[in-house]
Amino acid sequence: MKQILSKKEAIDLVKEGSSIMVGGFLNCGVPDKLIDELSDRKISNLTMICNDTSYPNTDKGKLIVNRQVKKLVTTHIGTNPETGRQMNSGELDIELVPMGTFVERIRAKGAGLGGILTQTGIGTIIEENKEIMTVDDKKFIFEKPIGADIALIYGTKVDKFGNVAYYGTTRNCNTVMATAADTVVVQADEMVDCIDPNDVIIPGVFVDYIVLNEDK
Amino acid sequence: MLLVNEPELTREKIREIIARRAAKEISEGDVVTLGIGIPTDVTNYVPTTMHVMFQSENGFLGVSKNAEEGSKDSRIINAGGIPVEARAGACFYDSQMAFVMMRGGHLDTTILGALQVDEEGSLANWSIPNKLTPGMGGAMDLVVGSKKVIVVMEHTSKGQSKIVKKCNLPLTAYREVNLIITERCVFNVLNGGLLLAEINPMFTIEDIKASTGADFTVSPTLKNMEI
Repeated sequence: MKQILSKKEAIDLVKEGSSIMVGGFLNCGVPDKLIDELSDRKISNLTMICNDTSYPNTDKGKLIVNRQVKKLVTTHIGTNPETGRQMNSGELDIELVPMGTFVERIRAKGAGLGGILTQTGIGTIIEENKEIMTVDDKKFIFEKPIGADIALIYGTKVDKFGNVAYYGTTRNCNTVMATAADTVVVQADEMVDCIDPNDVIIPGVFVDYIVLNEDK
Repeated sequence: MLLVNEPELTREKIREIIARRAAKEISEGDVVTLGIGIPTDVTNYVPTTMHVMFQSENGFLGVSKNAEEGSKDSRIINAGGIPVEARAGACFYDSQMAFVMMRGGHLDTTILGALQVDEEGSLANWSIPNKLTPGMGGAMDLVVGSKKVIVVMEHTSKGQSKIVKKCNLPLTAYREVNLIITERCVFNVLNGGLLLAEINPMFTIEDIKASTGADFTVSPTLKNMEI
């Protein structure tokens, strides 16, 4: 049985300077209630690892606008002009990672691997200062794992065992992030006793805490 | 640069010419990824009777048209964040599976836009340093992993050719482009450089030479673009 926390209790787990992974692709499949709480609490100096910084007034984007993020590891910032502005002015340290490499680096951490080899980025600035390895006459970049102190993820349906199921395109990077952080909190749209084992997308073993969407 | 003749083409017409031509590169049964902008328009010219699976990097194979007002579901979006419908045979999956598909050589064709393409087939589309850097998103993975990469873009921007000898913007990928389609012509990218394969009959070869920043050879079987 997994413990159900209030969103306040869940965000108590995030400390000044924590590294956080946040699920979601733009504003689809994001743990928005958890981000709202984090945004209200003004916890800062965060390292945020997320697919994108969404839009200025929604979910992940708010944490950028509030200047709670010191370092950002992401794949795309084009939908939030404030992120680009903070990058160009030197206020925000950004590591831009190709999306496939981003996902696989997180997966590597979750799977206990020492990194991955990829052809993505060969011949571009992405390969700068990285080890290049040749396998069967093809060049690959060695990329290190990415982990975090805490992952805030979204689930459409969550059961009391921590199993998670999804609707539509809400899975995105929530699944892989669930494997790669020391503590994993899932925001549940709907809480049920038991999800049919055939429908489980994230096995409950990866989830630590559940926060209900309707939690005030 | 001065063109021998400068036909009047509206922006809408330019987009239409490019998208219409690019649609002809898609075959029955293909799995295709489209970038944002002109590439998205390509779907308008693919016959509805043709079975094509459009893939979206947020974990969606079988993307159909934009959802109608009233049936929009924010939990089903394309990579541009627009609520869309799913066609018959569609499936949802996570980002990890999406990039296994994209990087593992499982996609037939990628059609995307570019800021610059060069005569070696390298392209740049994610950053203008110190000005605008939206980031690469999934573009680098997509271009490296696709069997066929087609760049669709306006031939020039602010009078400057977008087809150059060597890209000077940060690259998305080195030597991965197979075909370049603009409103003026179609270039095949071969090991030895660019081959002018088709020309919009509104232009002459001299026009193309005058408005292209890279060297190219003219195919002995040069055809008119169907526009």
